[in-house]
Amino acid sequence: MNTGKNKIYTLTQAVKAYINDGDHISIGGFTINRNPMACAHEIIRQKKKNLHVYAHSNGQGVDELIGAGAVKRIEIAYSGNGRFAPTCFCFKRKIEQGELEVEDYSNYQMSLRFLAGSMGIPFMPTYSSLGTDIIKKWGFDSELRNQELKISREKIVLMDNPFFKKETLSHKNQKDQLVLVPAINPDVTIIHAQKADIEGCTKIEGLAFADVEQAKASKCVIVTCEQVVEKNELKKDPGANHIPSFCVDAVVHVPMGAYPTACYKYYDYDPVFLEWYKDIAVDNGKFVEYLNDYIFGTKNHSEFLNKITDTKRIEDIKADFETGYSIGMKRK
Amino acid sequence: MIEYTPKEMMVIAAARKIKNFDIVFCGTGISILAAMAAKDIHAPQSIIFFETGAVDSVLEELPLAVSDPRVMHNASNYCSLAETFAFMQNRNTGKNIIGIIGAAQIDQYGNLNSTCIGDYKKPRVRLPGSGGACDVASFVGRTIIFMKLEKRKFVEKVDYITSPGWLSCPDGREKAGLIADGPTCVVTDMGIMGFDKDSKEMYLTYFYPGIDPLEIKQNIGFDIDVLRAKEIEPPLRTELKALREKSDPERLILE
Repeated sequence: MNTGKNKIYTLTQAVKAYINDGDHISIGGFTINRNPMACAHEIIRQKKKNLHVYAHSNGQGVDELIGAGAVKRIEIAYSGNGRFAPTCFCFKRKIEQGELEVEDYSNYQMSLRFLAGSMGIPFMPTYSSLGTDIIKKWGFDSELRNQELKISREKIVLMDNPFFKKETLSHKNQKDQLVLVPAINPDVTIIHAQKADIEGCTKIEGLAFADVEQAKASKCVIVTCEQVVEKNELKKDPGANHIPSFCVDAVVHVPMGAYPTACYKYYDYDPVFLEWYKDIAVDNGKFVEYLNDYIFGTKNHSEFLNKITDTKRIEDIKADFETGYSIGMKRK
Repeated sequence: MIEYTPKEMMVIAAARKIKNFDIVFCGTGISILAAMAAKDIHAPQSIIFFETGAVDSVLEELPLAVSDPRVMHNASNYCSLAETFAFMQNRNTGKNIIGIIGAAQIDQYGNLNSTCIGDYKKPRVRLPGSGGACDVASFVGRTIIFMKLEKRKFVEKVDYITSPGWLSCPDGREKAGLIADGPTCVVTDMGIMGFDKDSKEMYLTYFYPGIDPLEIKQNIGFDIDVLRAKEIEPPLRTELKALREKSDPERLILE
């Protein structure tokens, strides 16, 4: 929340100003699309620690943050990268080794939790997950939940429908019971978008996923974007803009800031990187080497891009203007 | 004699379950392919939508994830995640939706595990988690499950119930408070299973040409009735042509 008139930062400044060790952060995008990768890399570069992360279905961004040891706990619905990673590799490895605490919800539940946070209410109800272990098995135990101020006391609470008579219901269950999921209000949400103006008004092209709710639920928001545009340009089509300026704290111009994930209308995901990453992420030694060479070994995202790609790769993944992706790109 | 792979048979068998005018909820991989094939073969009016929020996309290339920018091209609507799942929970729209999901483990009631193998707190193998699968399995009265037929996948008891099947007894879902019916069928690489209308236990409905039902029984970790099973009609030339030439010409999933 910020009503300032100029919110332009460098990524180094924005991460330094808004992200602290131990913060609860939420990360936008979806598996291999529009992950705020430049921002995740900068968090790694600044060696932020003990983060508590919220995501619905996040792949690459979350996986690299986890691999780098920046994340202590995560609440998530799905950690995979489609065909490039049935389960994200660092996520899998760290949980199996007991180095990452995880709490599981469904995708709808995570979306509702961000929505509740954005509305300023403590929970949302749903019929999803009744009868499953998502309700019965808790990753965070009661002791931790009571100890940590920012974590909800319960993972999930069941409640009978207090309003309607059973005869009027359009479904057939015997007890009209609902699943309540707790709101999420992160300290910081990081998202990558196509366009923003200097005051923070943000336009996402293609699917917005849950980025809007994630941003609105958050105390602070860092938006990295492909283009910083004039306020008047965004005012031409207000219906196409997703996040009002006052929700945003920092606007950072980072071309290709979602690489190696896709950014609709700008570039595709990079199948070469994602295939290569498979071998890196399964092995802690190789992953550390990757971090040293490409993240700690570069000062910013443009240096990272120069080191990891070349002009041909950039050309290969460039999006076609009409379809928004790279037509006929080699993906095997 | 037409040559085809088990995977092609599997996709076509699932595609045949999709009717014209169905609203098809798709996950990643083989489920996208089944939906695309159905649309190309016999259900041109079916509407594909993804949990990421893309409705009625024109899929000119196969998406490799539900967030692939290929699902965004020429869609009719972009919804948020919260809206997309609400279409399934909403009884007006939810009734017309058919869902296609997969998992790592399944039990005889069609309960699915995509969270972990072993103890939840100390898993031997950590899996990706529910994603939207639990939501689909909770809300959609017609779900198709895709599974490779293996003993370690078809188990007596799943290590974690991520997505509800028929739970543990004929009226398990109603008792738990779920608002829609459980899974319709399980499509595997050797045959198709349904759920008995009274007991809700899994039984073999179809085996693929050349497969012995007893071989299927041996690959399942619980007792399953195979006596009611019939041989399925092999893929038709027209079905294979559409699948190979239109849905996945690069053989990104078929291989």
